[in-house]
Amino acid sequence: MADLALDPRMDLNPPLVKGGVTYSDLTGKISAITEGKPPRQWYYAMGVALPLAALLVVCLTYLVSTGIGVWGNNNPVGWGWDITNFVWWIGIGHAGTLISAILFLFRQKWRTSINRAAEAMTLFAVACAGIYPLFHTGRPWRAAYWLFPMPNEALHMWQNFRSPLMWDVFAVSTYATVSALFWYVGLVPDLATLRDRAVNPVRRTVFGLLSLGWRGSATQWKHYELAYLILAGLSTPLVLSVHSIVSFDFATSVLPGWHTTIFPPYFVAGAVFSGFAMVVTLMVLARWVYNLQDLITIKHLENMCKVMLATGMIVGFAYGTEAFIAWYSANQYERFVFANRAFGPYAWAYWIMVACNVISPQFFWFKKVRTSIPAMFILAIFINIGMWFERFVIIATSLHRDFLPASWGYFRPTWVDIGTFMGTIGLFLTLFLLFLRFLPAIAISEVKGVLHHQINTEKGAAH
Amino acid sequence: MNDLIQINPSSLTGKKYWRSLDELADTPQFRAWAQREFQEGASEMLAGGSRRNLLKLMAAGFGLAGLTACRRPVENVLPFAKGVESYVPGRPLHYATVISLGGAATGLVVESNEGRPTKVEGNPRHPYSLGATSAHAQASILNLYDPDRARRVSRQNARSSWDEFTAWWKAQSSQLGAGAGLRILSERSSSPAVAAQKAAILEKYPKAQWVEYGSVNSDQPRLGAQMAFGQPLEAHYQYDKAAVVFTLDFDFLGLDSPTVLPTKQFSARRRSEDSNTEINRLYAAESNFTITGAMADHRLRLRSSDVGAFVLALARELNVTGAELKVLDGGVPGPSRRFLSALAKDLLANKGRSLVAAGPRQPAAVHAAVALINQTLGNAGQTVVYTKPVVETTDSVAGVTQLAADIESGAVKTLFLLGGNPVYTLPADLGLARALKKVASTVALAADENETWAAAEWRLPEAHEFESWGDERALDGTASIRQPLIEPLHGGRSVLELAAIIAGSEVIKGHDLVKNAWTAQFGAGAANKKWNLALHDGVIDGTKLAPVDAKADAAKVLAAAQAALPAAAPGIEVVFYPSSGPYDGRFANNAWMQEAPDPMTKLVWDNAALMSPATAKQLGVADGDMVAISANGRDARLPAVTLPGHADNSISLALGYGRSSCGRVGRGVGHRVEGLRTTSGFHIAAARVAKTSETYKLVTTQEHHTLVEPITNAERPGIVIQVTTEEYRKAPGFIHAEQHLPEMVDMFPAWDYSKGYQWGMAIDLNSCVGCNACLVACVAENNIPVVGKDQVSRGREMHWIRMDRYFTGDVNEPQAVVQPMACQQCEKAPCESVCPVAATAHSPEGLNEMAYNRCVGTRYCANNCPYKVRRFNFFNWNKDVPEERKMVFNPDVTVRMRGVMEKCNYCVQRIEEGKSLAKADNRRQVRDGEVLTACQQACPAGAIVFGNINDPESRVAKLKQQPRNYTVIEEVNTKPRTTYLAKLRNSNPELP
Repeated sequence: MADLALDPRMDLNPPLVKGGVTYSDLTGKISAITEGKPPRQWYYAMGVALPLAALLVVCLTYLVSTGIGVWGNNNPVGWGWDITNFVWWIGIGHAGTLISAILFLFRQKWRTSINRAAEAMTLFAVACAGIYPLFHTGRPWRAAYWLFPMPNEALHMWQNFRSPLMWDVFAVSTYATVSALFWYVGLVPDLATLRDRAVNPVRRTVFGLLSLGWRGSATQWKHYELAYLILAGLSTPLVLSVHSIVSFDFATSVLPGWHTTIFPPYFVAGAVFSGFAMVVTLMVLARWVYNLQDLITIKHLENMCKVMLATGMIVGFAYGTEAFIAWYSANQYERFVFANRAFGPYAWAYWIMVACNVISPQFFWFKKVRTSIPAMFILAIFINIGMWFERFVIIATSLHRDFLPASWGYFRPTWVDIGTFMGTIGLFLTLFLLFLRFLPAIAISEVKGVLHHQINTEKGAAH
Repeated sequence: MNDLIQINPSSLTGKKYWRSLDELADTPQFRAWAQREFQEGASEMLAGGSRRNLLKLMAAGFGLAGLTACRRPVENVLPFAKGVESYVPGRPLHYATVISLGGAATGLVVESNEGRPTKVEGNPRHPYSLGATSAHAQASILNLYDPDRARRVSRQNARSSWDEFTAWWKAQSSQLGAGAGLRILSERSSSPAVAAQKAAILEKYPKAQWVEYGSVNSDQPRLGAQMAFGQPLEAHYQYDKAAVVFTLDFDFLGLDSPTVLPTKQFSARRRSEDSNTEINRLYAAESNFTITGAMADHRLRLRSSDVGAFVLALARELNVTGAELKVLDGGVPGPSRRFLSALAKDLLANKGRSLVAAGPRQPAAVHAAVALINQTLGNAGQTVVYTKPVVETTDSVAGVTQLAADIESGAVKTLFLLGGNPVYTLPADLGLARALKKVASTVALAADENETWAAAEWRLPEAHEFESWGDERALDGTASIRQPLIEPLHGGRSVLELAAIIAGSEVIKGHDLVKNAWTAQFGAGAANKKWNLALHDGVIDGTKLAPVDAKADAAKVLAAAQAALPAAAPGIEVVFYPSSGPYDGRFANNAWMQEAPDPMTKLVWDNAALMSPATAKQLGVADGDMVAISANGRDARLPAVTLPGHADNSISLALGYGRSSCGRVGRGVGHRVEGLRTTSGFHIAAARVAKTSETYKLVTTQEHHTLVEPITNAERPGIVIQVTTEEYRKAPGFIHAEQHLPEMVDMFPAWDYSKGYQWGMAIDLNSCVGCNACLVACVAENNIPVVGKDQVSRGREMHWIRMDRYFTGDVNEPQAVVQPMACQQCEKAPCESVCPVAATAHSPEGLNEMAYNRCVGTRYCANNCPYKVRRFNFFNWNKDVPEERKMVFNPDVTVRMRGVMEKCNYCVQRIEEGKSLAKADNRRQVRDGEVLTACQQACPAGAIVFGNINDPESRVAKLKQQPRNYTVIEEVNTKPRTTYLAKLRNSNPELP
C-alpha cells in the first residue's frame, strides 16, 4: 500500500493501534478469533439473532402464501414498512463502502481497523434491503423475473426504463456486486494468512480455495494494490449514486412531500449518517465481545462520532430546507404535507425523527461524549431509530394525505410488518456473527501497514 | 346363434374376410372367444337357470326399461328478446323483465351469457327505468346466486318436498270450509296475476283474508289523498315539469320513492347547456341529511316531527283556503321563518310550475296539506298527476294489526306468509314472532332462510325474480311481464305459483298463469303476437292508468289536517329510513350492497344512530359510542355517528341491519332497530337516548374530511367547483379566471390521435345525486371483489369508482357535494411512467390500460396517482368463491389475482365489443352513445357521459366545450380524459 503519511515526527495523531502490538500478535489475535471456540457472548448473541432470522422466514412464507394484505399497507399508503425498511437498510449499507473506498482514497489510516467489518455490514445490510423490494410485491418470483431485462419471447416486452424502480434495480444490484467484490478482494491476503495457519485440512482446503493462490509476493502485492485502488475508485461514485437513485423513487413522483430536488444529497447524507451509527453500534459490541480495544481504539470511534455529527447536521439542515421551501413555494399541497408531518396524525413519528436525528448528534460536540463508549452507543442507537423514522415519515405521511381529501387514510403496521423487520435484523445479526466467527473481522494486512508505520515512528522517537 | 359361429369361416366360399390374425389362423383361442357370448369377466347366469330367476330378471328388465322415460317434464321456454335469429354462442342475450322493490316495479333488461344471467340493465322502454337502474336493481343479480338462499322445502326441520306440501295442503284445505281460519300475509304487490289468484282464493274461501303489508313505504301518501280527495290516489310528481321543487322529509332521489324515474326527471330539469340555461330550484326540509338534501339549493334542517307545523305554516302563507293571509306566529322558529317566506314567494312566482312533496314517513295530514298546497299553486294536473293506486290495500297497518289481533284471539288456524320477511320487518308491537306460535299451521315462502322462515312450520323456498314468471305494474299502471332467465336454481316457486296452489288451481305453472291471464285480455286473434311483443318490449301498451282529476275542499281538508296533526313533542325524535345498503333487510346477505358505502355517512357494513353534532354534544357521545335508545318500552342499542347537517334533537336509524337469521354475509351485520318501531309508523316522537359505556368499531370508506385542510385550515380549490347560477351567468368563464396556473411543461411528447378514437368522459356534478347506482353497476360489470368490513377498515376496498362526498360551509348548516371519482385516464399519467414493467400503459385510443398479467405489484403506480383511484389486490379475494356465486361473473372481464393492481378502464371490454359490432355492421366508427360504460348506463341522472372526443359532434365532446368543464387538480398537469362539469346552486337571492 502506498504510504503517504505525514511526517512521523509531527505526531499529530495518536497511535491507531495500542498496547505495543507486534505483527505476530496482530496475526495471532485476529486469526485466533476464527480458529478457536467463540466466547460465550457470541452464543448469547446468536441465541437472539437466529430465532429472529427464523421469524423472517416465517413472516415471508406467510406473506408470499397469503398476500401483501398481511402487512398494514393499504390504499392510499401503498408503501409502508416495506420500503421504509428497504431505504433504511440501504442507508446502513453506505458506511461500509464509504469507509473502505472514500476514506481509502483520502488516505484516512484510521479506517483500517474497522473497514473489514464495515464492508461486511454493508453486504449484509444490502442483502436485508434487497428482501424488501423483492417481497413487497407479494409474488417475488414475478418481480425477480420481470424486473430484470431478460428477453422474453411470450410478451415481446421490455422494461420501462422511465421508472425509477427500474433504475433502483440496477443501482442496488451494481452496488451489491461491487461491494462484494471489494470486500472479497480485500479479504484475499487475510484468507491466505488463515490458510497458512490452518492445521485442520478442511480449513486449509477451504481457505486455500478462497485465497485464490495468494503467496504474498511483491508482484502479487503490486497487482493487488492496483486492483484495490480501482475498486475503491469504482465504489466511490456508487456510494453517492445508490442512495441518489433510491431517493429518485420518491423525488421523481408527483406526490407532495416526495417531489423534491433536495432528495439526492439529503438521502446520501442520511445514509452515511445511519451507516456510521450502525458501524458504531456493531463495533462497540464486537470490541467488547472479542476484546479488541487495542485494535478498535477510542480514536476510531471518536472519528466516527465526528462523521455522525457532520452528517447529522446536514440532515437537520435538509429538514429545515425542505420545510422552508414548502412554505416558500407557496404550493398549497407542499405546505400542507409539511404542516401535516409536524402536526398531523403522524406528528409523533416526525418529532421522534427530529429528536433522534437533529438533537441527539449535537451531543457529539463534546469530546467527553465522543470518547464515552456508553454515550456514543446510546446516541448511535437513537440515530438508527431516528433514521428509520425519517424514512417512515417521508413515505407514510406523504402518502396518507395527498391531493384529494376523500382518499385520505392511515397506516398501521401489523405483527407481520414488525416480524419482518425484526426478522431482517435477525438475519443481519446472524450473518454478521457468522462473519465474526469465520472470517478475520479486522483487515490484518491493512492494520499491519499502519502498524509498520507506527513501529517505525516509535523506533524513531526512541532514538 | 351358436350354430352360426361354429361354422368355420374358411369353409365358406367366396372372398375371405378375417377379423384378426387369430381368425385367419383359426386358432382354438379364437374359437373359444367367438363362442363366448359375453366378455371375460362379465357375470353370466349360472347353468340351470330356474323359472324363478327368469321372472326375477324379467321384472328387473321392466324396471330398467322404465328408466328411459325418466326425464324432466319439458316446458316451453322463453322467446328471445333480442337477436334470436342470429344467436351466436359466446354473445350474450338480453331479456326484458321486471322487478319490484317497495311495491314499485322497474323494468329491466337482463344480460344472459350462455344461459346464466349476469348483468342487469334498465329497460329503456319502461317508464320507471328509461334505461337506467338503481343500485338495488343492479345488485339483485347477486341475490340470485346467493349460496345462502333457501334451498329446500322443509317441515319444521325435516326435509320435505313440494309434493308433500301440496298433498298436505290438499288434505288441510278440504277441512277449511269457508276458510274462516285461513289468513294469507303477503308483501304489497301490484301484480294482476297475483290479484287474480287472490280473488280466486277469496271466492273459494269467502271467510279467509289476504292481508298485504309494505315493509318500508307506508300508506300515508295514499291515506293523505283519501283525506284530501275522499279517495286513495297515487300522486305522481312530475319533477321534469317543475321549476321549483320543495320536499318535506322526502328523499325522493333516494329510497323514499322509486329513485330512478324521479332522478331522471329531476336531472332533466337540472341540466345546464350554457350559462343562460334556467335550471330548477330545489328546496328541501329534512331531518336526516339525505342525498336529496345534498342536491338541494336550499336546505332546512327540520325535525321530522316539526314538518307538520311547517307545512301548515306554508299552507297559511300560501293562503290555501283563500281566507286572509295570516302573519306567522311563533310556530315556526327564526331561520325557518326566513326560509318559509322566501320559499312561499318562490312557489307563488312559479304557479303551475312548482311542486311540493312530502315523504312517506309523514302522516296523512301532511300529505293532505301538501295536496292542498299543490292545488292552490295550480300544480295539480301540471306537476302533480293523480291516478288510482296500483296496489289494492290502502291501510296496510290496519290490516296487519287486525291480523295480529286475530292470531292473538286464536281465530287463525292456517297462516301463509308469502314472500318478504314479515317477522323481521313488521312493527315490533305486533309481536308477530311470538304470535306465530299460536297458529296451528304456518307456511312461509321465503327467498332466504330468514326470521320468518325460521318461525314457520312449512318452509318453502321462493324463486328469485329472475327465475319465475309473473307480472308487475309500475306506479303509473304500466304492466310488464316478468320472464325468467334461468330455471329455479333451488326448486323455488314464486308467490304467484304458491297462491295458485292455495287456490287449488288446476294450473300452477307461473308461465301458464301469466300467459293465460294476459292472452285472455289481449283478445283472440292477435293474442300470441301481443304476448310476444309484451315479452320483447318489457311493457304492455295501453295499461297506463288515466289521470284522475281530483279536487279538494281546501278549508275543510285543512281544518281536518290541522286537527289530525299531533303537536310536536319535545325531546329527541327517532326516524327510521330504509338503508341504502340492505334496504329493509332483503339485501342483508348481498355483499355488494353491504359494501356500497352509505351516500352521506360513507359507512359500510353497519348502521348507526345518526345525529347532529349539537345533539351528539348534548348527549356527550362521540362517533362509535354505543347509545341506548328506548321508547314505548322497547329499546335498541347501536353506535352513534355525527352527521353534519342533521337536524338537532333527531336521530335517524337505518332499517335492515342486525338480521339474526340470515346467510353468512349478513348475519349480525349492524344493529337491529326494527325492534323499536311500532305500528304508529316510521317515526317516534320522543325517545330516551342515553350513552352507554361501550364503544363499537365503525368503518367508513372516507374519513370525515372536508375540502378544508386540517391544521392549515386552507381550502382546497380545484377538486370540487361549485358556483351559484347567478355567478355563472355573470362570469361564465369563472373557472379559468379563478385558476392561476403556472406555465405547464410536459416531460413526454404528446400522443397522436389523428386517427381513430380518443375516448373521454364528462361527469356533470350538477346532475349527479350520489345514489351509488354507478358504483354497484361497476362492481357487477367488472367482477370487483368484496373485501368485508375488516379489510375496508384497513383501506382496501376495491371499488373502481368512488363516491367522494365533501361537506362545505358551516359545520351546522353544511352543503354536501358528491363527486364520482374513478380513474381519470390521464394523458400524462403519473402511473405509467413509474411502472417498472410497463404493466400500465397508454393505449392508442388514449386509455390508460392495465395488463394484469404483466403487473408485478410494486404499487408505485397507486402511490403516484394523485387521485388515488388504483386498487391493489392485497389478497386473493376470489379464493373461496362458492361455485354458484361464480356464475355471476362477467365472462368478458378477467378475475384478478392477488398482487395485481386494478382500476377503472372505461369498461374497455364494452368499447372493444362496440368496435367489433360496428365493424360487423360495416361501419368505420361506433356511433355516439353506442358504447356505454357500466356506470353511465346505470346512472339515472345521466351525469356520466362517455364517448369519442375525436368526434366534435359527440355528446362528451360538446359537454367538454361547456365553460363549466374543469379538470380535477389541473395544476398537477396530468391532463385527465375524465373532466367534470362544475356544480351549480340555483340559489334564491333572498336566502343566504
